[in-house]
Amino acid sequence: MSDFLLDVRNLHSSYGQIEVLGGVSLHVTEGEIVSLIGANGAGKSTTLMSISQVVQPRSGDVRFAGESILGLRPDEVIRRGLVQVPEGRRVFPRMTVLENLMMGAYLRNDTAGVEHDLGKVYELFSVLKERGSQIAGTLSGGEQQMLAIGRALLSKPRLLMMDEPSMGIAPILVSRIFAAIRQLNSEGLTVLLVEQNARAALGLSARGYVLETGAIQFEGPSSELLSDPRIQSAYLGD
Amino acid sequence: MLDFEVFTQQLITGLSNGMIIALIAIGYTMVYGIIELINFAHGDVFMLGAFLALTLLGALGMEAWGPSGQVFGVALMLIGSAVFCGGLNWSLDRLAYRSLRKSSKLSLLVSAIGCSFVCMNLGLFWGGAPMEVFSNGNSAAAPKHFPAIIPQINLLGDGFLRITPADLLVFTVTIPLMVGLTIMVKRTRLGRAMRAVAQDPTAASLMGIPVDRVIGATFFIGGALGGFASVIYSLYNNTIGFQMGTRAGLDAFTAAVLGGIGSLPGAVLGGLTIGCVRSMSDQYLETRWTNTIVFCILVLILIFRPNGLLGKTRKEKV
Ligand SMILES: Nc1ncnc2c1ncn2[C@@H]1O[C@H](COP(=O)(O)OP(=O)(O)OP(=O)(O)O)[C@@H](O)[C@H]1O
Ligand SMILES: [Mg+2]
Repeated sequence: MSDFLLDVRNLHSSYGQIEVLGGVSLHVTEGEIVSLIGANGAGKSTTLMSISQVVQPRSGDVRFAGESILGLRPDEVIRRGLVQVPEGRRVFPRMTVLENLMMGAYLRNDTAGVEHDLGKVYELFSVLKERGSQIAGTLSGGEQQMLAIGRALLSKPRLLMMDEPSMGIAPILVSRIFAAIRQLNSEGLTVLLVEQNARAALGLSARGYVLETGAIQFEGPSSELLSDPRIQSAYLGD
Repeated sequence: MLDFEVFTQQLITGLSNGMIIALIAIGYTMVYGIIELINFAHGDVFMLGAFLALTLLGALGMEAWGPSGQVFGVALMLIGSAVFCGGLNWSLDRLAYRSLRKSSKLSLLVSAIGCSFVCMNLGLFWGGAPMEVFSNGNSAAAPKHFPAIIPQINLLGDGFLRITPADLLVFTVTIPLMVGLTIMVKRTRLGRAMRAVAQDPTAASLMGIPVDRVIGATFFIGGALGGFASVIYSLYNNTIGFQMGTRAGLDAFTAAVLGGIGSLPGAVLGGLTIGCVRSMSDQYLETRWTNTIVFCILVLILIFRPNGLLGKTRKEKV
């Protein structure tokens, strides 16, 4: 029995014959920010896709809010409030900003609730309101990241998984986005943050996991990970 | 008769046939837009729609129905063939394409070619059905006469120029379908889901869009449009056969590529262009050159303008 909001146990996933996750276990408690860091190709994105059930895990279990969600369809996972902002933003390039945001609300019927959440997204990222009718593919990388986060917020997440939100974005916008994550968390959103920018991620999170070639190598409070010499040399560039 | 009148007459014929080609082309372009597959079986699904229409016509004895009964009969064939072709196209996706989604595009293409052969042979088999409308003492492979149950009169009176109820039928069926489809893609929930899947299927599934079902719906709609097209084609041209899907498919595929594959307005523009090119070639060159010319257009576009006329900006892809 666990009180974790998200509980991933011994997850194995493969692409064809190639095993990418060899038993990943991690958990996130309600209200936390948890970071998952690791080098290129370690399997961070595969972990998130396996949690979202977009990639079907080979074995192990994924429990959300006390129930196993293994084998559910991705839409059933989203309905439960487990939402992902994918790596590389993946906005719909030929739709407008507003159309993209509304795609996030695809599964929702509560028009008033959607309007309310849209207002909150606009408060967080006012640029999305100003650019409502712009074609999303013409936004800058940072604006696209804000759009991807806004779109995910319209899916009404309880837990938001973000895959490298700082990737390819100017430093000034990265701090804007991290500030937004902090603010969302203070308003009650639980966050699982995947990052290559380990220092920034661990600076934001309370706890962290380090993934190496498909398995968790280190885990603990972020402050401990930040001061661990092995992690410093491998991930923090010290 | 004046040259100008001959030209205008060919233009009318070309536009009518062009609208039919466009309707088939939309089926190619929608499926390509969403899973980047040239559904080679689409033309043959269209052919089977015509066979179903002729079967209905024969089985219900529509030739003997009065004028208002025949209006009803046309509506019945339109709906019957649309549902049948939509369902058939959906089944092809379900049975032959869906499990290959993660395989290479080439496997998918080969599977589509296989489906084309299967459907064509079904048509050959069907053509041997023991029904008066099919047999007339000929072989299963022989072209079938499709009775002209709509009157062959000239709506313009006794002049040289002819506009028949069949021309009118073509436009009254195709235009509302195209307008309806455009609105559907732009405004409805399914339309938004189709555009999302076309632009990024992974992101679409992360929005909770049931990607496979949306793709299935796209196949159904594309097939249904082919079904509508098969009935108006049959009523317009009065001959059907198990190989008609190949030529209609070539025309429609060329139209889709000419307009910019993936683009709905492109498919319509391409269809009208190919329709007019065909009728002009029939009139001013010789009918035996027409298919060659269409093929040359296809090759030239693929070489010099692979994105087609409207495909360059890649604005709306479904
Ligand atoms: N669709 C796929 N098919 C086959 N192999 C894949 C696929 N996606 C990822 N892989 C492989 O799985 C491994 C883990 O990839 P993954 O994208 O999960 O890593 P990551 O930690 O997110 O890396 P990055 O930091 O570069 O985003 C890599 O070796 C990658 O090549
Ligand atoms: Mg990744």
